[in-house]
Amino acid sequence: MTRKRLATAWLDGCSGCHMSFLDIDEEIIQLFDRIELVYCPLMDFKTIPENIDFALVEGAVSSQADKEEILSLRESSKVLIAFGDCAVTANVPGMRNQFSVMETLSRAYIENSASNGILPDSVVPKLMKYARPLHEYVRVDLFLPGCPPPAGVILSTLSDLIDGRPPGIEGKTRFGA
Amino acid sequence: MRYPAFLQKIADRADVQPVRVLTFTIDGRMVSAREDETILSVARENGISIPTLCHLDGLSERGACRLCIVEIKGSAKLSPSCVTLPRQDMEVITNSERVMDYRRKILELLFTERNHICSVCVSNGHCDLQALTAELGMTHVHYDYLHTKQVVDASHERFSVDHNRCVLCQRCVRVCDEIEGAHTWDVMGRGHLSKVITDLNQPWGESITCTGCGKCVQVCPTGALSEKGKSVAEMTKKRQFLPYLKLMRGAEIT
Amino acid sequence: MTIEELQEIGKIEKEKQGGFRHRIHVCVAAGCLSSQSGLVKEALEKEVARRGLESWALVKGVGCLGLCTAGPMVAIEPDGSLYQGVKVSDASDILEALGGAPVYRLDCSSHLPFFTRQKKIVLENSGRIDPESIEDYVAERGYEGLYTALRTTTPTGVVDHVTKSGLRGRGGAGFPTGLKWTAVSKAKSNVKFVICNADEGDPGAFMDRSVLESDPHRVLEGMAIAGFAVGANYGFIYVRAEYPLAVKRIRTAIAKAERLGVLGRNIFNTTFNFDVSVRLGAGAFVCGEETALIASIEGRRGSPRPRPPFPSELGLWGYPTLINNVETFANVPPIIRKGGAWFSSMGTEKSKGTKVFALAGRVNNTGLIEAPMGTTLREIVFDIGGGIKDGRKFKAILTGGPSGGCIPAKFLDMSMDYESLAQVGAIMGSGGIIVMDETSCMVDMAKFFIEFCMSESCGKCVPCRVGTVQIYNLMKRITEGNAKPDDIKLLEELCDLVKSTSLCGLGQTAPNPVLSTMHYFMDEYRAHIDYKICPAGTCQMRPAEEST
Repeated sequence: MTRKRLATAWLDGCSGCHMSFLDIDEEIIQLFDRIELVYCPLMDFKTIPENIDFALVEGAVSSQADKEEILSLRESSKVLIAFGDCAVTANVPGMRNQFSVMETLSRAYIENSASNGILPDSVVPKLMKYARPLHEYVRVDLFLPGCPPPAGVILSTLSDLIDGRPPGIEGKTRFGA
Repeated sequence: MRYPAFLQKIADRADVQPVRVLTFTIDGRMVSAREDETILSVARENGISIPTLCHLDGLSERGACRLCIVEIKGSAKLSPSCVTLPRQDMEVITNSERVMDYRRKILELLFTERNHICSVCVSNGHCDLQALTAELGMTHVHYDYLHTKQVVDASHERFSVDHNRCVLCQRCVRVCDEIEGAHTWDVMGRGHLSKVITDLNQPWGESITCTGCGKCVQVCPTGALSEKGKSVAEMTKKRQFLPYLKLMRGAEIT
Repeated sequence: MTIEELQEIGKIEKEKQGGFRHRIHVCVAAGCLSSQSGLVKEALEKEVARRGLESWALVKGVGCLGLCTAGPMVAIEPDGSLYQGVKVSDASDILEALGGAPVYRLDCSSHLPFFTRQKKIVLENSGRIDPESIEDYVAERGYEGLYTALRTTTPTGVVDHVTKSGLRGRGGAGFPTGLKWTAVSKAKSNVKFVICNADEGDPGAFMDRSVLESDPHRVLEGMAIAGFAVGANYGFIYVRAEYPLAVKRIRTAIAKAERLGVLGRNIFNTTFNFDVSVRLGAGAFVCGEETALIASIEGRRGSPRPRPPFPSELGLWGYPTLINNVETFANVPPIIRKGGAWFSSMGTEKSKGTKVFALAGRVNNTGLIEAPMGTTLREIVFDIGGGIKDGRKFKAILTGGPSGGCIPAKFLDMSMDYESLAQVGAIMGSGGIIVMDETSCMVDMAKFFIEFCMSESCGKCVPCRVGTVQIYNLMKRITEGNAKPDDIKLLEELCDLVKSTSLCGLGQTAPNPVLSTMHYFMDEYRAHIDYKICPAGTCQMRPAEEST
């Protein structure tokens, strides 16, 4: 049996959803008998591959770089999953939306800086005006709310998808922790 | 209530308290009710769940959150079940595709309005709004977020109000007015600029009418009103006194 | 007071005014006053005094003459001259021309279709009587209707007349007035109230204001008749505070009516008592909704409550309450005086009588008109209204203001009545008609009205409070050229949501302008969305890239 190609991505989020993924513990071994990880922030992939079966995307779209990544992931993926609250609602990254980008940056890099604060002008991707959920940019096939979604739900969702069943997440996860 | 003459004689007797009882159906189930009960309360008595947000047993009804809307056969209009009285042989449908869809959309609108980010909320895990998302199967918000900026008033020594979390259900306003009798809370502004205020929009801590009873905090469905010193997910509301609300209001329940 | 005494007052007044060779009527309603008709009146009075013509010519302030666009207006009786755009400096020429040829440069032909095609019931005294003189009103058979009701009819009889007349609520929804009166009259209560809804809030509508300014006694008489019919002894007029002149006139009228004994205790020597007082609205559109209006009179926040129970059952302070619009009450005195059958002989099968319209927008004759129900839209816009400004092309009209819909050119020959309007997705509303030509952008117009509803939403129910903001944001995006192709679908969905689930009429009708413009002018929406072009050239396209 060919293994399904799984990608996971980490946009503007805390990586907690990825940690929750790892929390499925030893069952990850059996899971990986059936899937092949083709893109993941924890591994060294430089480009987004073609023909992704399932893409788990954590985090909100906050910067131009995030936007490019999500557009490209959408292009390559059959099933794109908004993975966790940041991807579904913009969540904590979205809390900056009521402030201007300048206010947000200066709070982080200047006001709370121990020494002479300076705003980053290279390397760090430029923030867009708002942090937005994935579905404001691309079509999302499945929403997996939760901060983070519980490990069990991640496992069952992936298993369902691999087996071609509609994933039944109703009542198993919700916004927040 | 009036009856035909021969019955009226009996009904007029002081020791007889005539209350008309009627039967109707909810989702095809035959139920019976007193004519002064709302559809919502009859449904709940019969284990049929209808989502609500502004409703709270014991407080006056507002019919404002529109989550408890139901279909009534023969009427094109949707009716809020918390303020609609049943009629004999009425056919109420609480779970049609149409109604469920509207409820979900209304809930989504609430989420776009202010900051309802559960993961960093004091009421995370104990919130009526959060629970509604699961109950109504709302997985995401497909409208634009409005990104409004609200303030936090932490001037009271024991409580704080975070307007970012407020859904304007006015439970606080009603409990303060109808139960505590202080009427510290009210609403100012209109439309999306509405805001609950203490006294005449003075800081809560300086309110001369607030008795500090904290009922508003306990009835608040979200993390908008909370006790100080609570961190994320620590604010559990104490609603044990709710069954007594009706009692406290005496016979004036309308 | 007896009918003879009442008629005597009228007779004396008639004789007094008839004693003058010339009566110079100067419009002193808000429209003309704002173009300084007050000064014109003063100038005319001075000129009369200067020429020593005090016993020959009477200068009289009257209510609205209708053609507001041509104000200040002056009419000379019995000469029949009608002057427009009169200035202070014209006073001398006007007096010079008395009895001879009119001043041609000021002439406004009273043979214009604007005047001849109208049929006046509600406005029959407007522009003819002094709104601050009760005698003038009595001279026009004023308060005879009340006398007829009180002395020769029973309350049920009065309700029957109104039912037979086929009169329907002029506030917007067109609910049969007779039915409403019956409901309140049947309600068992020792205390009942009559409320006159004069919280006219639609942008572009000024029918109620004009009636109150021009003929306030007619409304009081209608209310008193209603009070007698339903068994109420107390009435409130809820006027918006933005109508100071209407408030002043209605207060004057109340005081004078009380002094004459046609309001107050034992009216016309009967046991019927009726008092009226004025309550001012503080500028909330939602207070035109009856339950919000009641809350506002009670001194609470003006927000609506779910109905039922209707005010006829549970109204002001919990008592059965009759709420009608200004124009509805203004129709009542002639109905009682002349009978329900007379009234129902006018209009269409289901819409009886006449309707007052406020013509506004890109039409030549803006102003106040009254036409029988069933008059075609074409007659209103092109005959009475004098056609489109600057020879442009008619595009559509909007009726019912922020709750209404637009009617495109293909329906120009449609009859203006409740049913026909509903059929094309519009409503009669309170009577505001906004005319649009090819330079009006329908999308922009719809955006204006949804913005109005958004800021006037009371904030009580979620769909209206948040939904209108969402709709407005989408409309804004469309008119700025930033919309996505899917936004039309989202717009339709939101409109349906707000319409179907809102608590009161404001929310339930707020999406109407958007829905009806989408229905008739989808190509304009498409042009904005797909090609970032505003065909009418109204919207400023400013495509915005989201930046840091």
